[in-house]
Amino acid sequence: MADTPVGRGDPLDVLRRATPARVALGRAGQGLPTAPMLAFQLAHARARDAVRAELDPERMIRALARPAIVVSSAAADRAAYLADPNLGRRLAPGTPALPWGEYDLAIVVADGLSATALHAHAAPVAAALLARLADLRIAPMVVARQARVAIGDPIGQGLGARLVVVLIGERPGLSAADSLGAYLTWDPRPGRRDSERNCVSNIREPGGLAPAPAADKIAWLVRAALRLGFTGVDLKDREEIVPRLDLAGARPSGARRIFRSDPGL
Amino acid sequence: MYACDLAGTRYGFRDLKILLAAATPFRSGDQLAGLGAASAEERIAARYALADLPLDTLLEDLVVPYESDEVTRLIIDTHDKAAFAEISHLTVGAFREWLLSNDTDAARLTAVAPGVTPEMAAAVCKLMRNQDLIAVARKITVTSAFRNTLGLPRRLAVRLQPNHATDDLRGVAASIIDGLLMGCGDAVIGVNPATDNIDTARGLLELIDDIRLRLEIPTQSCVLTHVTNTLELIALGAPVDLTFQSIAGTEAANRGFGVDLALLSEAHEATLALGRHELGDNVMYFETGQGSALSADAHHGVDQQTLEARAYAVARPFRPLLVNSVVGFIGPEYLYDGKQITRAGLEDHFCGKLLGLPMGVDVCYTNHAAADQDDMDDLLTLLGVAGVNFVMGVPGADDVMLNYQSTSFHDALYVREVLGLRPAPEFEAWLARIGLSGGGGRILPYDQAQAAQQELLGRLDHG
Repeated sequence: MADTPVGRGDPLDVLRRATPARVALGRAGQGLPTAPMLAFQLAHARARDAVRAELDPERMIRALARPAIVVSSAAADRAAYLADPNLGRRLAPGTPALPWGEYDLAIVVADGLSATALHAHAAPVAAALLARLADLRIAPMVVARQARVAIGDPIGQGLGARLVVVLIGERPGLSAADSLGAYLTWDPRPGRRDSERNCVSNIREPGGLAPAPAADKIAWLVRAALRLGFTGVDLKDREEIVPRLDLAGARPSGARRIFRSDPGL
Repeated sequence: MYACDLAGTRYGFRDLKILLAAATPFRSGDQLAGLGAASAEERIAARYALADLPLDTLLEDLVVPYESDEVTRLIIDTHDKAAFAEISHLTVGAFREWLLSNDTDAARLTAVAPGVTPEMAAAVCKLMRNQDLIAVARKITVTSAFRNTLGLPRRLAVRLQPNHATDDLRGVAASIIDGLLMGCGDAVIGVNPATDNIDTARGLLELIDDIRLRLEIPTQSCVLTHVTNTLELIALGAPVDLTFQSIAGTEAANRGFGVDLALLSEAHEATLALGRHELGDNVMYFETGQGSALSADAHHGVDQQTLEARAYAVARPFRPLLVNSVVGFIGPEYLYDGKQITRAGLEDHFCGKLLGLPMGVDVCYTNHAAADQDDMDDLLTLLGVAGVNFVMGVPGADDVMLNYQSTSFHDALYVREVLGLRPAPEFEAWLARIGLSGGGGRILPYDQAQAAQQELLGRLDHG
């Protein structure tokens, strides 16, 4: 039995309503009551499952409802992928040449740290994005396994695209294991720095940036990049002048500066 | 060239940094950097060679060149020869025994600290088992003070970390109130802001300062933003207690953080000049973590534990109130699992204390690391035994802004209880004044009949 009351009539209830943080959990001795302890373990279990989840390329292509090229990174499995991020940034040795063309945009869907996020949200985001950018020359879509954000660099280069958008599963948190990120890189080629990219993060529904407003934001960045001829920190600064789509209780969405130490890139 | 012969096999190590890397317990970050022993036997061969190495060799064979790195210059130019004299005749292996010796007490360890370089600390650390790291650290007392006294024996302070995904002031206030009601917040009430916005940081500082003043809490506040932002906040007249900065062990890695020693000096002087400190003049808060130099491509082929110790040398001249290693934050490519995080946490605490720094540890992990709450319980308990100055207090251990798991208010109460540790004395007296501490120093549940507690809860709507 918990030593402190939890629930109705508890004067600390006002704290619970004021933040999504795990406040006023009650106590059993010095420790946690069983209910909040198990709630934490459930959230962590979901996050761990999402990290370990494997991308199912056929299911992904069915959801995308259009033909796509499936590639793998140089990481042979999940363990190698987690231990050496560089492997996830390169295409597997022996990957066939991608069909080159005069493309404005390439779209890559990549598992990243949450295939769960990709399966949950990538198809509606991709469809919404394509609908907003129908006038552009768009390369065949690519599905990438065991991939980090930078996998978009060799893929975009191989396709001959001026700009690449990578839709990728973000590192799962306890509040969400299915959050998708979109990273834009102008003139993609290996060696691009993370500061040369723009990002729209926390795409998920419910609880985050829904696919339609996410596609609005990505499409805005795509057109701005095509017009200006760059992505990265400078584009971010200009982007600040458009209305922010921050959501109460959610991680700040929209383009943000990316640091190399960002876990999970 | 360093070498060791083991049953007819000769193991050679071209220079000190290769030897140090080879002697280091295995971790993913060194493997990622292409460093470390090629076999388990080679690792022990490196430890034999390291054990025979005279300590003064570490002042000559430099792991990062003196000419190209201001951190190396700081280490060499400020090395205290007089303090070093007591251990100058020792090898690294004998230094380990000297540290463990029953004749080496707190006073001798404190006296020798300015003569210990980070490379010496890192070298001996590689020869030490986890129990050695705990036993020696436990003997060392490093105190610091601002509005209360931190680091006293048998005390454990907590940084209250009330982060919120959008820096919502009411949300931050809710976490602060929850933490204070759980007896946490004596190390600092310190928020990581979600953005770089100066007005937001100022709002957060004013919120914490208002709660502190109204409740007369003997603690200090901090918004963990870039040092240049804090300098701007100081110029604007915001209530800055501590200046925060992430630091690393090489000049290039610090450049990646947008800082150098001159900028840190400027911030240190500006913060001191505010004169907001009362009991002591320790006004800086630094965070570090193994792997930060490699992630900035600034590791110079040096193993991550040695570079981490060098980060403490960067902190040392600024006499910080708080230094903490955010040990599991960086991810599994640097520290793969609970075992590696645990080892690194003990190493960082030991090396920092040996160098004379007021060390805390953010006992933490991300969801892509092979670790869980049980690993955190283990490391927290070990660090409590080792005498860590402070740990983090995050509501329910779940940081909803940084998306990682740290230690909770409950965890702090647990470790204080099982090890008989108490909050900072001034803060402990405050807890008693507002009716929050009961018999044996245990934290009591919220009591509406206590006016001060009601006033604290009421700050939720006056932030």
